[in-house]
Amino acid sequence: MAEHVIDIGGRRYRFDTLGALMAAASPRRSGDELAGVAATSAEERVIAQMALAELPLTAFLEEPLIPYEEDEITRLILDRHDRDAFAPIAALSVGEFRNWLLSERADSRSLKALAPGLTPEMVAAVSKLMRVQDLVLVGRKCEVVTRFRNTIGLPGRLSTRLQPNHPTDDASGIAASILDGLLYASGDAVIGINPATDNTSTVVTLLKMLDEIISRYEIPTQSCVLTHVTTAIEAIERGAPTDLVFQSIAGTEAANRGFGIDLALLREGREAALSLNRGPLGNNVMYFETGQGSALSADAHHGLDQQTLEARAYAVAREFEPLLVNTVVGFIGPEYLFDGKQIIRAGLEDHFCGKLLGVPMGCDVCYTNHAEADQDDMDMLLTLLGAAGCSYIMGIPGSDDIMLNYQTTSFHDALYLRQVLGLRPAPEFEAWLETSGIYRHDRGIAFDRDLPSRFQHVLGAMGLGTVDTGTAR
Amino acid sequence: MNDEDLHDGDAGITVINPWQRLRELTDARIGLGRVGGSLPTAAQLAFQLDHARARDAVHLALDTERLMPDLDARFPLALRLQSRAVDRDEYLRRPDLGRRLSEQAEQELAAITPEPCDVSICVVDGLSARAIHEQAIAFLDAALPEIERLGLSLGPVALVEQGRVAIGDPIGEALKARMSVVLIGERPGLSSPDSLGLYFTWAPQSGRRDSERNCISNIRPRGLRYANAARLLGYLMREAQALGTSGVALKDDSEVDSRLGDGRQGNFLLPPA
Repeated sequence: MAEHVIDIGGRRYRFDTLGALMAAASPRRSGDELAGVAATSAEERVIAQMALAELPLTAFLEEPLIPYEEDEITRLILDRHDRDAFAPIAALSVGEFRNWLLSERADSRSLKALAPGLTPEMVAAVSKLMRVQDLVLVGRKCEVVTRFRNTIGLPGRLSTRLQPNHPTDDASGIAASILDGLLYASGDAVIGINPATDNTSTVVTLLKMLDEIISRYEIPTQSCVLTHVTTAIEAIERGAPTDLVFQSIAGTEAANRGFGIDLALLREGREAALSLNRGPLGNNVMYFETGQGSALSADAHHGLDQQTLEARAYAVAREFEPLLVNTVVGFIGPEYLFDGKQIIRAGLEDHFCGKLLGVPMGCDVCYTNHAEADQDDMDMLLTLLGAAGCSYIMGIPGSDDIMLNYQTTSFHDALYLRQVLGLRPAPEFEAWLETSGIYRHDRGIAFDRDLPSRFQHVLGAMGLGTVDTGTAR
Repeated sequence: MNDEDLHDGDAGITVINPWQRLRELTDARIGLGRVGGSLPTAAQLAFQLDHARARDAVHLALDTERLMPDLDARFPLALRLQSRAVDRDEYLRRPDLGRRLSEQAEQELAAITPEPCDVSICVVDGLSARAIHEQAIAFLDAALPEIERLGLSLGPVALVEQGRVAIGDPIGEALKARMSVVLIGERPGLSSPDSLGLYFTWAPQSGRRDSERNCISNIRPRGLRYANAARLLGYLMREAQALGTSGVALKDDSEVDSRLGDGRQGNFLLPPA
């Protein structure tokens, strides 16, 4: 592979490969330090960024970071690359591409046309030259719209995944969190459960339960049980009412093998979901999750930096026309993203790279208890993602996932973001919230002590009745 | 946290959610109420306190002095081993070191020359020593009879400090075990700083991938009960022997608790139509 050389201030700097140059140019990250690929000084990092800025975008087509013969993701990226779509920027360097993206030439229409001409490596490279405000600004210009039972990703909209996890998959416990979420106006991206086990019978039962709730309350949203794609296929074969097929994915063939998947298996999963033909508005039937550091954690990173590898996962995602893709940015832990500062930047990079590649990008704004991060850090990332036009975030009671043991955004957080930035839920879901008496745009939650009529019976069914809250209201 | 704690004395600014009583169904923070669309003060501070406690749990040290006699009493031999991570700070930054044995531990294992066995069990601090302190022995007392019923032989047990899941691979390999069970402290959640995880691996050896393991998560009194987790482990052991493998190829098709019903009824959101 070609050596990359740059002369600055009378000194010559060498980077052995394009991958090494990309890694050295990547903003500081504990995962790259763990992998031994990070710049060894602050100066070296900026020198690498300068060298990267000079590099023609076509270099990424000529010098694959992982050899074509070794990796099916590389083959996917290069085989699918659209030279015609690439034409408007084919003559640019990475630095010039940054300028192009920030200029008036880049708008939602030109960016949409460009997406098939971009490779993950080009997108990752330009992100390394960008500040947070650049990532926000360009991310906001991109428009990626997907449909199943509603419409996700329209401008001025912010959707939420209602995540009603329970540590033993207890039906009533899950239902309690679903009710809480719906009454806080959450759930238009998906009502999605992470089951505590991969047990197929449990998965089938949960899918039936979600299907029944969605149809009985006539909620314009979709459901998902986030289990391995092979389990989802088996559940479909057993007749489970499946809207979306889920899978965690990564940016190298070897890392995906660590997840027990390959492209052929994902194709099979998608075909199984499509065969049910359940989406009245559209056929986006896949839901993917990603996160920087997953390839290294599977010892499958090929000496590359984690942000570049993450962008390659979006090439996997877009192949299958998903409804939803989100980075689970702070879930992996401090060995990959050490603190709030690293998590915030990574979340914005991931959103930027995904959207630029044409992926319907959301973000699980999150952290674990062994990371140097707290609610203040999440508020910063949340607010910035709202400004960047992020398609959806998670919604969970009080930010506390009692099954996965991490903190993500709450139902209240989404209300905050909608209030501050004037964002609305998906249109079909917004109409349901209004007619149900739950929520109105510009007003917020539309009821106080008395439950909306659609839900009044549920507390009675529990034998609880309505609680006298007269002292508080 | 009880309802009382969540009543802010603010003359009607806080909206209370009547469904907060559904909290008897889940530990999730439902029905927190709201001020405008935001979190009321009491709920906000309750969260901060739980986060502070979970942060402290990550840094609690494993009490090996207390655990070794309990393990000695239950296994033919109990070993006390360490990973290559020397302290918690290095452990958090360098998961690779937590997956490898210290040189001293390697020498100790090499000196044993064990008989081949069916099952090697490792008890590992992971991210919550508290989970090991509170759940490990009680779970073993439920699981060991299950293993005996299956007619499987136990190798030495290893108590490991600063360890990650994959450290069970070189240990199981050195102990010539057909399968490995790693009990490890899961990362502490706000409501569960004491949750035990179990990772089951057929034919343990260094370099096994995560997709080659099966996981049983959230073992603790308020999560998955010891007896249920032990039964599930027994199922995995039987299936792994039949298939000669573990991980994604070994689907969990065991019968589930019928409390889940058929999904279309059986909870308050779906009363009989």
